[in-house]
Amino acid sequence: MALPAIAFYLLAAVTLFAGLSVVLARNPVHSVLFLILAFFSAAGLFVLLGAEFLAMLLVVVYVGAVAVLFLFVVMMLDVDFSSLRAGFARYLPIGLGVAVLLVAEMIFVAVTVADKGAAAGAELIPAPRGTPNIVAIGQVLYTDYVYFFQAAGMVLLVAMIGAIVLTLRHRKGVLRQNIGDQVARTPATGMRIVQIKSGEGLKSGGSLMSKELGE
Amino acid sequence: MTVGLAHYLAVAAILFTIGVLGIFINRKNVIVILMSIELILLAVNINLVAFSVFLHQVTGQIFAMFVLTVAAAEAAVGLAILVTFFRNRGDIAVDDVNMMKG
Repeated sequence: MALPAIAFYLLAAVTLFAGLSVVLARNPVHSVLFLILAFFSAAGLFVLLGAEFLAMLLVVVYVGAVAVLFLFVVMMLDVDFSSLRAGFARYLPIGLGVAVLLVAEMIFVAVTVADKGAAAGAELIPAPRGTPNIVAIGQVLYTDYVYFFQAAGMVLLVAMIGAIVLTLRHRKGVLRQNIGDQVARTPATGMRIVQIKSGEGLKSGGSLMSKELGE
Repeated sequence: MTVGLAHYLAVAAILFTIGVLGIFINRKNVIVILMSIELILLAVNINLVAFSVFLHQVTGQIFAMFVLTVAAAEAAVGLAILVTFFRNRGDIAVDDVNMMKG
């Protein structure tokens, strides 16, 4: 058997095994680690197909950012994960039934498309020398799809702002510098004359100060 | 035996189905549901790249990049919602996420 075929079957088997382990693992941390394995072997499949740039992108974006984000959240949340597995056995039969039906349909369609569709009889030929994959992508991405590229950037910006807004919280009782308030101070608001009876002192001085400063 | 388009499509189909199965059987654990969605999007990417390579059209890979972008954004916002929900409720069981039912 040719070497690419061996590599394909190995990478495909690892991808599917890792995907199944993501779904079935008891510990969510193990799920995340299997997700990383699935992404790595999928990147290997992309290399095998000749899509090197997307393979590297998969490693950088998914393994480097998304999976680590998952790992952070799983480890940060102090949740009893065993209680979340309730109903696992109850939904397993119907889930398996739907899965078998779905995979049978999809493989049937896939085989038909590969046999009679637009790509019928197409061979996996290596890309011509001189135009690397990344050059070919760049030539299309920055010309025909430049507006979509910009829109993708906007999507990422909005997602970043949304994530920050969702998780940001102002705690009560933390002294914070407010530049606007400081600049807006005038002698009239910044100073107050307190009449003190002689011999009593200023008992509420501290609270007076903190009230002036805001929260 | 040569590895053809059908092989890649079959791998993607099985991976997609594993993702759907994960959503079915982990109905309470929202973190595993998010990971299953990532698996589904990965399967879609494999499909797009396989067709792109076999049809000699680079457009499929560009679409796979956009799918990757949306997946990253979706994971970030989903996990942020999860963290906020955990802060408010102290739990992430999905079956009692019905506060906004009105």
